[in-house]
Amino acid sequence: MNITFNVNGKNETVDVAPDTPLLWVLRDTLGMTGTKFGCGKALCGACTVHLNGMAVRSCQTPIGSVAGQKVTTIEGLKMNSVQKAWIAVDVPQCGYCQPGQMMSAAALLAMNKNPSDADIDAAMSGNICRCGTYPRIRAAIKAAAKA
Amino acid sequence: MEEMKNQSRRDFVKASAAVAGGLAIGFHLPGKVAQADGGGGSFAMPNAWVKVGNDNQVTLMVARSEMGQGVATSMPMLIAEELEVDFSKVKIEFAPPAEAYINSLLGGQLTGGSTSVRDAWEKLRKAGASARMMLVSAAAAEWGVDASQVRAENGQLIGPGGKRMSYGMAAPKAAQMEVPKDVPLKPVSAFKVVGNVKQKRIDTPAKVRGEPVFGIDARVPGMMYAAVAMSPYIGGKVKSYDDSRAKNMPGVKGIVQYSRGVAVVADSYWQAKKARDLLRVEWDQGPNAGLNMQKIWAGLQDAAKQPGATFRESGNVDEVMPKAVKTVTSTYTLPFLSHSPMEPMNTTAHVTADKAIIITPTQFQQLIPHVVAGATGLKPEQVQVTTTYLGGGFGRRVEVDYAIDAAEISKAAGGIPVKMVWSREDDMTHDSYRPAGLYTMSAGLDGEGRIVGMSFHSTSPSISARLFPSIVKDGIDPFSVEGIDNFPYAVPNLKFTYQMHDTGIPVGYWRAVSHNLNAVVLEGFIDECAAAAGKDPIDYRLAMIDMAESKHAWSGLSAGVAVGPRIKAALQMVKDKAGWTKPLAKGKGRGVAVMEGYNTVIAMVAEVTVSPNYDVTVDRVVSVTDAGPLVHPDQALAQMESCINFGQSGCLWGEVTINENMVEQNNFDSYRVARMNEAPKQLEFHWIKPAANQPPGGLGEPATAVVQAAITNAISNATGKRPRMLPLTPENIRAA
Repeated sequence: MNITFNVNGKNETVDVAPDTPLLWVLRDTLGMTGTKFGCGKALCGACTVHLNGMAVRSCQTPIGSVAGQKVTTIEGLKMNSVQKAWIAVDVPQCGYCQPGQMMSAAALLAMNKNPSDADIDAAMSGNICRCGTYPRIRAAIKAAAKA
Repeated sequence: MEEMKNQSRRDFVKASAAVAGGLAIGFHLPGKVAQADGGGGSFAMPNAWVKVGNDNQVTLMVARSEMGQGVATSMPMLIAEELEVDFSKVKIEFAPPAEAYINSLLGGQLTGGSTSVRDAWEKLRKAGASARMMLVSAAAAEWGVDASQVRAENGQLIGPGGKRMSYGMAAPKAAQMEVPKDVPLKPVSAFKVVGNVKQKRIDTPAKVRGEPVFGIDARVPGMMYAAVAMSPYIGGKVKSYDDSRAKNMPGVKGIVQYSRGVAVVADSYWQAKKARDLLRVEWDQGPNAGLNMQKIWAGLQDAAKQPGATFRESGNVDEVMPKAVKTVTSTYTLPFLSHSPMEPMNTTAHVTADKAIIITPTQFQQLIPHVVAGATGLKPEQVQVTTTYLGGGFGRRVEVDYAIDAAEISKAAGGIPVKMVWSREDDMTHDSYRPAGLYTMSAGLDGEGRIVGMSFHSTSPSISARLFPSIVKDGIDPFSVEGIDNFPYAVPNLKFTYQMHDTGIPVGYWRAVSHNLNAVVLEGFIDECAAAAGKDPIDYRLAMIDMAESKHAWSGLSAGVAVGPRIKAALQMVKDKAGWTKPLAKGKGRGVAVMEGYNTVIAMVAEVTVSPNYDVTVDRVVSVTDAGPLVHPDQALAQMESCINFGQSGCLWGEVTINENMVEQNNFDSYRVARMNEAPKQLEFHWIKPAANQPPGGLGEPATAVVQAAITNAISNATGKRPRMLPLTPENIRAA
């Protein structure tokens, strides 16, 4: 079944079953592997992308529900203030969860220009990092907010 | 099949041990002079670590797996220090398996044991210096001058009268020059790259753009995707399966049986996964049928009655204990833990009649040709291994099980390239878990409260008994006595014993390995002794530190020399930096722990808040670390941050349980790990200035153990209760 949606400003038409999670359409069908698979149950946030500007877990977003809508992935952030802050603070270790972390952080900063520690906790607690980069993520979000 | 794999593993271990023994500095690859680079250019390799393109691009080989710990930056820094190149312009490449890349501390091309920098510290600087000397010799020969008249600077060779030659020009000839025998190194004081506090990670920009290729991102032409049905029963095997519903699902190209289960091969992962969910497999539960935690704990308790193998003994404990003024006896219970790195296990394999290509996130690339050969009937030299970035490792990826699985599936599917991806559920239920164990300690105190005699008896499965049986000697696995055989206190009468006990659950190397068991319970117990003696926990430790010598005989990754003075200095500093004697509000507590592991000494103070319901919040952690010289200071600090997070998750919530021979936790809802809101808000790091000629210690692991003991002791300080059963859940604290 053909489904058309917009990814990072470009319209894409894919022929997949409508229950296919957006995650696997991005990764396998479109070859955009920046978005990561972590848990498949919206528990870890590694697959976070923006759907019409809101952070969503792409592993739990059927492609059928995305038709005609706008998706932004890590490949579409285009080195924004969040990515620059991530580099300045040298946040990533293994880096696997970081695309999801940055997508959550970018969505937070789009809604809240100056998040408090509590705001950061609330917005970021759905994204697990096993390497323990949380202190640097917090510092990078604050740096991005000031940029 | 299983026997073949084991045989090749044993042969490998034997062979690699022999190689490591005979190869003090091995940095030459046979038959690598000038080669086409595949892009129209060419490159030459003066040695196994340095590639110089005819376009002057310098590429440094990274022979350890980058799983977050920063080796892709720190190791090239060591080479570049002596190679005299602009570090901001070098590229890196992950090395294939080869003898030149063997980790001398582990005897294999293996990333683990916090050994990467320790092994590389001299070796890679020598590799850089040797390559530089060969480039200099090549330019000198070209110009007909003595090598002493040529110097290397910033990727250029400069000769008399302003003669200049790029490294790229000189490299093909350099690769054929004689390998220098004497390779002097610059003094630490002259370092420009190593120790640079402003150095950033090489891999960060690409990781921030979502670019780097983790194993799960691999793509090869004609590739199919595999989802697998593995036995939910530990040690179970396929009895029969019905694929009548699965095989007609869209995209399905094949359904094959392999050693560990049944795989669905399809055009996309989602199609494979959906069809996998429709498979009906009958499992033979195997020898573990009906296993549960009651049986596992009963087995451990029964085994604990055995005397065990003695790994450290002095004086006569039996004689001194009855004369003690006070006796403290405690048993600690530690659970199985899961590694759960963020990237689930996966491998891309393409196995044909005469070749296997394996692309995989592995910590142990050198073992893979041997085990894949065993599984496919190929020869090890027909197996080509590419190591990708690893989405976390923590010891899980020392295991090569998932590479074997993918190779078997590719072969069974008719030799097509297959990317096998495990679900999180597959990953969490097919881990090699941190061993569970029982730890009984008994101490006799004199009138002053000092420990005059102590026994330590651990009962726990051995990791090495399965993976590297040849290193288990006289009932002792060196990796099972880490963090206790280097007992740092001056106690005249000691008897430390280890009772190996297989529970039927596969156990593996979990970050900091048995330091997480032994040092955690030991430092908890020392606090109990301090309390019995009515002494301050830091003062109590300071008064008892063994300043004389290190007597440990087993855990080869520890310092192996006297560490008493270093422990004393770290404890004194942490007492000061933490504000140890400042009063805390009600409900809060402070705990200390100290340990030497991987030749790094860490003293740590944790501050916690414990709610009336016994929920624990870690507020602040203050660390003092003596790890010698830091190659990449900012990432040394990152490893401390990382270990604290990993240890916090492990001790507060980590617990894998078994029921009906199945692992009960299968995703992050049932296996809890630290999240942003739970990370300590205050982390403070202090470093002890290295002594002259002090080599680096390891930093990838040790703090993982120390923080668990510090948190345990802080909870005790806050509540007056001594939890001896981990994890430190409200239930376990309340019951203490």
